[in-house]
Amino acid sequence: MRIRSLVFIAVVLAGAAGAFFLVWRPEIPVQAQAQAQSFDPALIAKGRELAAVGNCIACHTVPGGEAFAGGLAIPTPFGTIHSTNITPDRETGIGGWSLAAFTRSMREGVDRAGNHLYPAFPYDHYRLVSDADNEALYAYLMTRAPVRQDALANDLVFPLGFRPLIAGWKLLFLEAAGFTPDPSKSQEWNRGAYLAEGLGHCGGCHTPRNALGAQDPDRHFAGGEAEGWQAYAINASSPAPIPWDREALAFYLRHGWHELHGVSRGPMAEVTGNLAGLPDSDIDAIATYVADVMGEPSTERRQQAERLRQDVGAPERTGGDADTLAVPPDVAGMPGAALYAAACATCHESGRPLPFGGLDFRLSTAVNAPSPQNIVTVTLFGLPPADGEASSVMPGFAGALSDQQVADVLAYMRTRFSSGTPWPDVAEMTRRTRSGEHKVVVRPSDGIERAPLNVGVEIGP
Amino acid sequence: MTIATSRRAFLLGSGALVVSFSLGAEAQEGEVQAGTSAPQPTFTAIDNDRLDSWIRVDANSHITVFTGKAELGQGIRTALTQVAAEELEVAPGEIELITADTGRTPNEGFTAGSMSMPNSGTSIRKAAAQMRRLLVEAAAQTLAVAPESLTLQGKQIRSGDRALSYGEVAAALNLEVPLAGDPALKAPDTLTVIGRDVPRLDIPGKVTGAPAYIQDMRLPGMLHARVVRPPGYGATLTQVDTSAIEALPGVVGVVREGNFLAVIAEREFQAVTAMRELARRARWSAGTELPEQAEIHNVLRGLESEVGTVAEEGDANPSGDKVFEARFTRPYQMHGSIGPSCGIARLEPDGTLIVWSHTQGVYPDRAAIAEMLGMEPGRVRVIHVEGSGCYGHNGADDAAADAALIASRLPPGRPVRVQWMREQENAWEPFGPAMSITVRGAVTNGRISDFTFDLWSNIHTTRPGGAGALLAARQKSGPATPNTPRLQISPSGNGDRNANPLYTIPNKRILWHFIPDMPLRVSAMRALGAYANVFALESAIDELALLAQADPVAFRLAHLEDERARAVVQMAAERFGWETATRGPGRGKGFAFARYKNLAAYLAVAVEVEVERETGRTRLVRAVAAIDSGQAVSPNGIRNQTEGGILQAASWTLYEAVTFDRREITSVDWSSYPILRFASVPETVEVHVIDRPGEPFLGTGEAAQGPVAGAIGNAVRDAIGLRLTDLPFSRQRVLAALTAG
Amino acid sequence: MTVKLKVNGAVHEVDADPATPLLYVLREDLELNAAKYGCGLGQCGSCMVLVDGEATLSCVVPILALGEREITTLEGLGTVEDPAPIQSAFIELQAAQCGYCIPGMMMSAQALLQRNASPSDQEIRDALRTNLCRCGTHMRILAAIRRASEMMSAGAPSNRRAG
Repeated sequence: MRIRSLVFIAVVLAGAAGAFFLVWRPEIPVQAQAQAQSFDPALIAKGRELAAVGNCIACHTVPGGEAFAGGLAIPTPFGTIHSTNITPDRETGIGGWSLAAFTRSMREGVDRAGNHLYPAFPYDHYRLVSDADNEALYAYLMTRAPVRQDALANDLVFPLGFRPLIAGWKLLFLEAAGFTPDPSKSQEWNRGAYLAEGLGHCGGCHTPRNALGAQDPDRHFAGGEAEGWQAYAINASSPAPIPWDREALAFYLRHGWHELHGVSRGPMAEVTGNLAGLPDSDIDAIATYVADVMGEPSTERRQQAERLRQDVGAPERTGGDADTLAVPPDVAGMPGAALYAAACATCHESGRPLPFGGLDFRLSTAVNAPSPQNIVTVTLFGLPPADGEASSVMPGFAGALSDQQVADVLAYMRTRFSSGTPWPDVAEMTRRTRSGEHKVVVRPSDGIERAPLNVGVEIGP
Repeated sequence: MTIATSRRAFLLGSGALVVSFSLGAEAQEGEVQAGTSAPQPTFTAIDNDRLDSWIRVDANSHITVFTGKAELGQGIRTALTQVAAEELEVAPGEIELITADTGRTPNEGFTAGSMSMPNSGTSIRKAAAQMRRLLVEAAAQTLAVAPESLTLQGKQIRSGDRALSYGEVAAALNLEVPLAGDPALKAPDTLTVIGRDVPRLDIPGKVTGAPAYIQDMRLPGMLHARVVRPPGYGATLTQVDTSAIEALPGVVGVVREGNFLAVIAEREFQAVTAMRELARRARWSAGTELPEQAEIHNVLRGLESEVGTVAEEGDANPSGDKVFEARFTRPYQMHGSIGPSCGIARLEPDGTLIVWSHTQGVYPDRAAIAEMLGMEPGRVRVIHVEGSGCYGHNGADDAAADAALIASRLPPGRPVRVQWMREQENAWEPFGPAMSITVRGAVTNGRISDFTFDLWSNIHTTRPGGAGALLAARQKSGPATPNTPRLQISPSGNGDRNANPLYTIPNKRILWHFIPDMPLRVSAMRALGAYANVFALESAIDELALLAQADPVAFRLAHLEDERARAVVQMAAERFGWETATRGPGRGKGFAFARYKNLAAYLAVAVEVEVERETGRTRLVRAVAAIDSGQAVSPNGIRNQTEGGILQAASWTLYEAVTFDRREITSVDWSSYPILRFASVPETVEVHVIDRPGEPFLGTGEAAQGPVAGAIGNAVRDAIGLRLTDLPFSRQRVLAALTAG
Repeated sequence: MTVKLKVNGAVHEVDADPATPLLYVLREDLELNAAKYGCGLGQCGSCMVLVDGEATLSCVVPILALGEREITTLEGLGTVEDPAPIQSAFIELQAAQCGYCIPGMMMSAQALLQRNASPSDQEIRDALRTNLCRCGTHMRILAAIRRASEMMSAGAPSNRRAG
């Protein structure tokens, strides 16, 4: 009895010690006043590029607020998380963080004081970032304007407000730090993989998550969700009518649009907006890697794409008669046909090239995607204009079209411009999106959208 | 011209031509009622030098005032009415004002150059004063009293309890008299209407949906036309099959004459639909190749043909250890009125032609249209009807010419309305010219000692002037050719406007490197060359102040002798809190001054800007301006115009550039030509008016454009320590400058 | 083809192609002037009207989409003699230069004020994000909308005509 009790106590203590070992992280002492001048300008410049790859500004800035001062509410299935202040303010930001503390946060998801951070901060990707790059990022962030702004409290479902639980999540899902190059691939490919899987954290949106919010490694890049938008599959199952290739990806990442794919919008607009400042070599590297993940399209898909390309590329597709864009009679009789012709075709069949003309829907990934969520969102809310710079603009039709009318016009487009199966319950999805039951963040298509003069809108409560 | 036969019968058969112009009763007056009154072979000429050409009082005491100037959205209608009301001792609402109409009003050239108050305001005031004197003298005679004993009130002339109405007196008078040279005006301290904020007469109607613009005109039997313009400058129409177009619902006909292509329909949207189809079918030759946009300023400098000396004093040779030198550039920028241009025309049964237009110059436009159609100018009448805001030579004259050409090919009595599409306005309006300026200045003993200013520019005025100024005339068969631009140095300036600094500088040389060739169509845009010149000049002054280690405001004052110039500078600085203003992170303050044309309104402005370092976005946070437009007729009107000038100039300065590829203009809508939006509108804009009772009217509309650009540039310099020299200060450009350090 | 439209409280039968954008029918068939053609692309806001209370760009909405829905134009809010608060406010603050964009501005503001009578400055700016003004009247437009908000908060009915 006594021995059993002792064993029991020993086991409990050992478990607690183990748990303690697992959970506990030491505080890293506050560092002395950072010397902004002590950073090499070249290091800061490199950090600027890397921060752009990481899209740091997007989550760490409230539209209209100070850059990097945090406070943005990030909705997750587990509640709302608020981003933190990563300006070098000593009281409320990371001004007191040493490089070691910064690097630990990037690799282990632990703040300077030793608290576990929620994986909304994508340290499951950032763990791959090299020492040199962390140093550059650190130099960049430490030379931003300090902003005194306290972090907002998170609002999570019980018991997730208890941070030590994150340690368990990490035990299950967080892999070791460091990027291991694949020697069988080119240097460019490896550079791309390092950027896309690490700082770029493409999978954060484009890889589906499991019930515990971790990315499913078996469905890498198979399509996910971000801020109410569908992040399309960017692996072999990409729904793009014309398969992406390295050149198209590079152009898209650089410019935020591609003539055969359309314009970036929603959260992707921020990504492309930020990448605009990146050297061509890095853009090309990411494109090389992602194109390789997508793989070579099948012969059938390639042939289909080639036919489509020729159709679309024909300069006078409306040659002789009033409207020779062939519409099969059964499609022409659909209830959405007239709506499409009157409300959509004016821009989308004008022949005006992208990025300011409307995309030919035969090229639209949205029309060919498994879920109509994105095209429902764009139909309702359009692409709002960017502030003070050229951007693709589309008027929203929320005021003009009922839920059923949206469903009708999208059913017509799905039938006419895609070989996909009809989408179910589009009217209900439209209702939920319109009412904000499904929350979606709508922004202009010009990038760097979380900057202070953002004119985007948040739909929903 | 081809007109579908089924439609022709309809066209010719509709004879109801009683004009009822829905813009209001005043516009109907004097209209020819075709078929009922005898045909008038020509419209009567108006004599500028006769009193009754400017002002009439009828037997019912109804007062009508005529101006050759046009309402462009600047509120001139109200200010001119105030001026007449003042001298005639009536409420402004008692005056009917007829604006620019070659059939009714004096010829006052163009409504441009902020000259409406100096020209028409002065003329109307004098005419009203003369009318008042004539009425008072006649009444004094009738009543047998001394003129000085009479009082004027309620359109009556009173002596004790005896009163004569204006109408009674006027009916007995011969008012067909020459204009008096210098009638006595009311003394400044007796003014009751001038200098008061009279509510704008047009606003109640405009905010309740009353017809207010040419776009709102509906004439009986009116047809709608749309023009199909070439894809680029100089492209020629090689082939078009119009038969399918003519079969479209509502289409009345297609006009094809040379490279001029248009479609006419019964309903407006039918015309739009037909235009789109017609555009798809039209085949054009490749047009004139455009320069590489990125190289435009070098290309333009290479086209220089001659050099004009704008000003030269002493022997300017900026040298020494305190020299500033920089090249400033301004891109092509567009007027971009929110309502695209519109023109309406109707051929009368007597063969005369009436054209309704939002042109700035009804008389010059009449001459150009008459020349295009081979008509006597007296057989064309051009009537101004307000359009969307006008900031210079936009598409108005061209739309009028489009309508005139089409109407001239239709049977008499069928009015036709041509509405330009947004993309047509943006691609075909004449732009504000691209300019580049090289400035060199030297500071010696704390003062500017030497200053050279070399500007490269096209001419800024290609208005009618001849049919060659009209797109339709250039595109139709037997095309007209534009006038060859000539370098001319004038006191008020053109491309060289405000290039000559008003500051006291012993040695200066100001040169206009004249560029006759115009790769892009250009003409007058608010302030002409003054926008870019003041931007460059005021930027340079700040840099020279820095070299002199002087405060920018104090430095300006040290070089300004004109007391009125000093007054606006001091007031703007004081109201802004120039000396006490503290600088928040990313923020800077900037100052600038100019006297428009060096002979019109004085304006100084202080601004605060914010530069977002992470993105390069630059925002005007607040602006405080002081303006002296001479005697202020409508202080609130001056504030309104100046606030507008500040915000429009901020938009030009921060965002705007026409874009083009080698073939065509590509900034053809608001997604590709961004302008100021509400998200970036400043927190506050203050305009302080310095009234100068008894001084001449100096005009207001364009005074802010240059100073605002200079002040923003100087504020950005203050905020980030970098001098930006290329307009606009786009986000990408500012970010690039910040990144390069 | 005859299409029925409910505009400013009255049902109108118009003989027009159902694909015609609402803007053209309002202006040509109903002879309403307030909604203006500015771009035809839904980019400038000059053509703004209310459809069931929601700000809607009439230049891109075909009439066939509208059915029984209630369309309100600026004319439906009030008259010179009996102006709605938004109209009184624009007159009081002289919030126009050329005035071409103003009806569209007022309709965007009206939609906002009908759902939120006391909006913040940021909410006003956001509600006007589609609307462009070229004369630079923005400061007065903002002030007039704040003034209208005060009037409506003080209990003035937002709409003098169509109820």
